[in-house]
Amino acid sequence: MSGVEETDTGFFWTTRLPRSYVTFVGRRIVRFLGALHALGAFALISFGVLISKFGVARSVIYPVALSQIARSGLLLLPMILFLAIALGLVIIGQTVSLLSRVGATEFLGTVMAAVVVRELGPLLTALIVLSRAGTANVVELGTARALGEIEALEVMGIDPIHYLVVPRMIGMGLAVFALTIYLILGALISGYVWAFLQDVPLTPGDYVRQLAAAVRWVDFVVLGLKTFLFGISIAVVTCYHGLARMLRLEEVSRATVHAVAQTVVVCVLLDALFILIYLVA
Amino acid sequence: MSEQAEVTGVTPTIEMIDATLASLTDATRVIAEEVNWTVMPGDYWVVGGLHGVGKSDFLAAGAGILLPTRGTYRLFGKTIEYGFEQELIETRLRLGVVFDGGRLLNHLTIAENVALPMQYHLACSHDELTARVSELLEAVDLLNLANAFPASISRNRQQRVGLARAMALRPEALLLDGPLTGLDPTDSHWWIEIMDRLAQGHPAMGGRPATLVATAHDFRPWRGHARQFAVLRQKHLRLLRHVGTDTEEHLMREMVSEDFD
Repeated sequence: MSGVEETDTGFFWTTRLPRSYVTFVGRRIVRFLGALHALGAFALISFGVLISKFGVARSVIYPVALSQIARSGLLLLPMILFLAIALGLVIIGQTVSLLSRVGATEFLGTVMAAVVVRELGPLLTALIVLSRAGTANVVELGTARALGEIEALEVMGIDPIHYLVVPRMIGMGLAVFALTIYLILGALISGYVWAFLQDVPLTPGDYVRQLAAAVRWVDFVVLGLKTFLFGISIAVVTCYHGLARMLRLEEVSRATVHAVAQTVVVCVLLDALFILIYLVA
Repeated sequence: MSEQAEVTGVTPTIEMIDATLASLTDATRVIAEEVNWTVMPGDYWVVGGLHGVGKSDFLAAGAGILLPTRGTYRLFGKTIEYGFEQELIETRLRLGVVFDGGRLLNHLTIAENVALPMQYHLACSHDELTARVSELLEAVDLLNLANAFPASISRNRQQRVGLARAMALRPEALLLDGPLTGLDPTDSHWWIEIMDRLAQGHPAMGGRPATLVATAHDFRPWRGHARQFAVLRQKHLRLLRHVGTDTEEHLMREMVSEDFD
């Protein structure tokens, strides 16, 4: 059920109204839970392989993992630095005008820490990695599946999860972690530069002191965990959609769309979980 | 154990007893039923069938990638399951598969494709690996294409690389899917010749005679080369006894006939 049907002309697509909205919503929820169940099972299998085959065939897996780190991390660095500069400008631009009205510019560092370090930094980085490297994952693996390369790996005695998924989990986990650090540092520095250009009476020493006061130990722990989990989630969901079932070539684009939507949902759910940790801590 | 194995006391390479086989792409589609097939060490089989009867799926079932939905399948006397446990891998690696079109990994070069199984399973030095890859590519006459990517070479050459990759770990048996499909006489002759050499003992395989199974849609090029023939049609595998002496008309009739008996 795609939710759309072809009109008589064949040129236009119209949305078909559901007969019962309760059924419609219920079906969506059941489908969503089913997808979460399948993704959870795939994630557990992948973690099992990661642990049980740790150190196996290092001469093959290490170079692949390194190339994944380069693809998902290093090559995205210019884009992340550009976004960091833009993010600093946007947040400082809006915050300075707001805080100066109430004479509270001394909270600039606190706002930057809360917004960039805790929330926007990790989530924005995850979205960039998803759009640049995650989509490529689904297309590559889906095409490999459709062309029968997975069966070729199986007859060579190579576990496709070990060769294709594990390096991506490692690569994307480390990439999102490292890129988030660069994004945060870039945004904090560019934020101060923009504040300086707007004649905000704030010395670099005060700004750093504000930041240091606003960031607690739990921020570092959560930041590390969150970014690594975001990266692994991107890898697992995109690999699942590329590998888990037999795809035909024409189904690869649809699998990519589903993978992107589900990864965003998974990352947002994880983010919500970490907000709970903040509230408890 | 099959009758033939019991009589000779030799462990069969592949054994199917009353097996029902499904399609690799559509698990609900049965491609063969009540299959009783035994491949003994040193056999040289050609399994024929028209396009679409499921020869590739049959080969996948022979290799143990696709397990029968009913009946028994054994590889080197051992029951095979899905998975990648060490014991299972060791049994699987005694058999190599050459897929139709090679099914090479498109992100690796030709040399990297051939090196992959050795890199993964053996602890060889870089020099040993390079020497072995060169030996294998030389055996399939493609040493000059070592650094090319699969997409830049023809389908036939990709399948030759697939053969080199399958030979890499010196398996005891090789299964080849449609090696002569769509080839001109020169290339067909090349494949027949290398398979004969493999059956006798190829130097790149340590000189040990290999057990061979190939699929084909025409038996004629294989007469005088292969030793055992079977045809897959009407969802049954029919073993043929006298291909070497049969007329061409009879062989064609075996392939296209709608009557099973």
